[in-house]
Amino acid sequence: MQNEKGKMMTGARIVIETLIEQGVTDVFGYPGGQVLNIYDELYKAGDRINHVLTAHEQGASHAADGYSRVTGKVGVVIATSGPGATNLVTGIATAMLDSIPMVAITGNVPTGLIGKDSFQEINITGVTLPITKHNYFVTDVKSLAPTIREAFRIAKSGRPGPVLIDIPKDVQTSECEFIKEDIVKPYPQIVAEDSEINKAIELINKANRPYIYIGGGAAGRAMTQDIIALAEKIDAYVGCTFMGLSAMKNSYERFLGMQGMHGRYASSMANKEADLIIGVGVRFSDRATGNVAKYSKSAKIIQLDADLSEINKNVKVDVGIVGSIVSSFGRILKGCEKKEHPEWKALVESLKAEEKRINDEAQRKSKTDMTPMNIFKVINEIKDENTVIATDVGQHQMWTAQFVDFERPRRFASSGGLGTMGYGLGAAIGAQIASKDRTVLITGDGSFGMNLNELATAVTYNTPIVIVLMNNGVLGMVRQWQTLFYGKRYSNTVLGRKTDFVKLAEAFGAVGKRASTIEEFRAAFADGMKHDGPYLIDTVIGMDEFVLPMMPPGGSVDDIITSVDLEEDNK
Amino acid sequence: MMRSVISVYVENKYGVLMRITNLFMRRGFNIDSLTVGETDDPLFSRITITIKGDENIREQLINQLKKLHNVRQVKLLEEQSSVERELMLLKVKNTPENRNEIMAAAEIYRAKIVDYKIDSMCVEVTGEPNKINAFIEVMKPLGIVEMCRTGVVALDRGSSIMDKQKNKYE
Repeated sequence: MQNEKGKMMTGARIVIETLIEQGVTDVFGYPGGQVLNIYDELYKAGDRINHVLTAHEQGASHAADGYSRVTGKVGVVIATSGPGATNLVTGIATAMLDSIPMVAITGNVPTGLIGKDSFQEINITGVTLPITKHNYFVTDVKSLAPTIREAFRIAKSGRPGPVLIDIPKDVQTSECEFIKEDIVKPYPQIVAEDSEINKAIELINKANRPYIYIGGGAAGRAMTQDIIALAEKIDAYVGCTFMGLSAMKNSYERFLGMQGMHGRYASSMANKEADLIIGVGVRFSDRATGNVAKYSKSAKIIQLDADLSEINKNVKVDVGIVGSIVSSFGRILKGCEKKEHPEWKALVESLKAEEKRINDEAQRKSKTDMTPMNIFKVINEIKDENTVIATDVGQHQMWTAQFVDFERPRRFASSGGLGTMGYGLGAAIGAQIASKDRTVLITGDGSFGMNLNELATAVTYNTPIVIVLMNNGVLGMVRQWQTLFYGKRYSNTVLGRKTDFVKLAEAFGAVGKRASTIEEFRAAFADGMKHDGPYLIDTVIGMDEFVLPMMPPGGSVDDIITSVDLEEDNK
Repeated sequence: MMRSVISVYVENKYGVLMRITNLFMRRGFNIDSLTVGETDDPLFSRITITIKGDENIREQLINQLKKLHNVRQVKLLEEQSSVERELMLLKVKNTPENRNEIMAAAEIYRAKIVDYKIDSMCVEVTGEPNKINAFIEVMKPLGIVEMCRTGVVALDRGSSIMDKQKNKYE
């Protein structure tokens, strides 16, 4: 585009040209008074950049997030000033907590009206200051293009995250010269000192029961092969955080799955029994470790992270290695000795057997076939390795974490850190548009109710998304806590709604089916996976299905609950 | 509770101060004093923050400060190896009974009387925070009317400098 060199352009046009220059092909958003000029330029550039109109700005922010999770690219969302901007807040915070690169562009009132409580004016840089990696209020059109470039650079550098750019309307209408530049590269990361790497290698060589504990920092990068190579070399087992799911194939025999509050039995126990924990891109979050005061007291801990402030934040570690995880991990892999630990292997095998026993027992006790485990068995049989799994937040999310066979990275979109109910549908739309692959949204009747308006978007863009709505008529996860810790006082968790989700789907122009038995579910899911467009399955399950095992809040792996007998309690 | 002095070398841009204080607010740290001023290079400012608080949280706060895009360098200044100064203006009642005592104290503390009215005096005193505190104790019984402290400014002793190289941690 050499002829564009040095051309005079309006700020609004510069926004679009800079987005295109930075490799953006799709943006999500919602027009409004203070972004009219940007939308005018989007209209003119419609053949070079695709805009997806959602039903609500929050849905657009989650769509940009889902788009980023499956591609690794920076997700872009555009909204107008005031309520448009504040509607992005939950989506930006979701991206922040899960380290998802995102650039949010908001319009604002002209600079002359700033600070006067003008119509639809809000100080969005102030509002989003604690939930962005960085944000900008652009007052001069000359700084617009450099600011957008820097925003992309910050969003994708080191530990990624969201960046917001607020642009007053007069900056969008002012003109200046625009010269196209290259796609920005991330800032160089720190290279860990040899002495740190050697300390880690020394601990690994001495360990008898090594456990590799991977998180979002590993899942976002192509590290699967290296992790397997280290596990094989030092005879270690691998577990993960919620954000680490999909980094490993579930079928890999050394992979024990997610650990923690609602994690799997074998991984939580293996973490406890290990004498060395190698944390890769994890923050030792309370959900994954339980009570940190009781967490792996006797084990040595190595932590690799891109973010300096994560080292020693939640758990005191023996070796903290800051910088590029991929490069540090590679150096450790190269430097450590080949080891065999048959006793460790036997111990972990016994933990796996115990996990199987617990699951079989739960299945045996169940009075129906329509259990979460069986539903996921059907999903696993029919989906393929490219199917994207998105979720909302609650019991269905934890069942997804426990039972879905993840087969490759970047095919999973779920709100881990912030736990945003209402995230799923927007994210599924963004993920589907990004991947062009079949997407399955696992949701619950509580979460789905929060942003079901985006069904309209899914229909408009005819995105092939199968919505498995696990409908139990209650807010299941909160109910589970009320059952276990609040004397079965079900305060405001019984929904008592009369929503007919099949008719609702049809009203939006999607397909709706109801499944009350596992056979009906199998038929509907198989049909949905072939359907060209959104397909909702109202999947009726019992209100007292539990997510087990569970580490009680404030407890440790020693307090793990593996079965609940409600009838026994009622006697 | 440990007292710490943190020196932060930042880009001289709007909003930087808020980004920094926001981190302290999040962890419930009260800032004892905070000073900001341009450096010899007007593109950069130096912020000096004194806080009291838990050592582990302090370490993490420093690490989080280092991550901010506009922050170039952060340094914890050790008491033994740095110079700390603070300036105070203190207004005290001027009466025939206490006049001599104020003048004597000012002399000993190397303070200056910068305003003299028939019923009040304003004293300027510079020094380490401990000296300022001691001067306040001396003035208290004489009737302090109002006072104002700048907060601590501090630099490392010797030739070490904080550089403006690009932040490595973001």
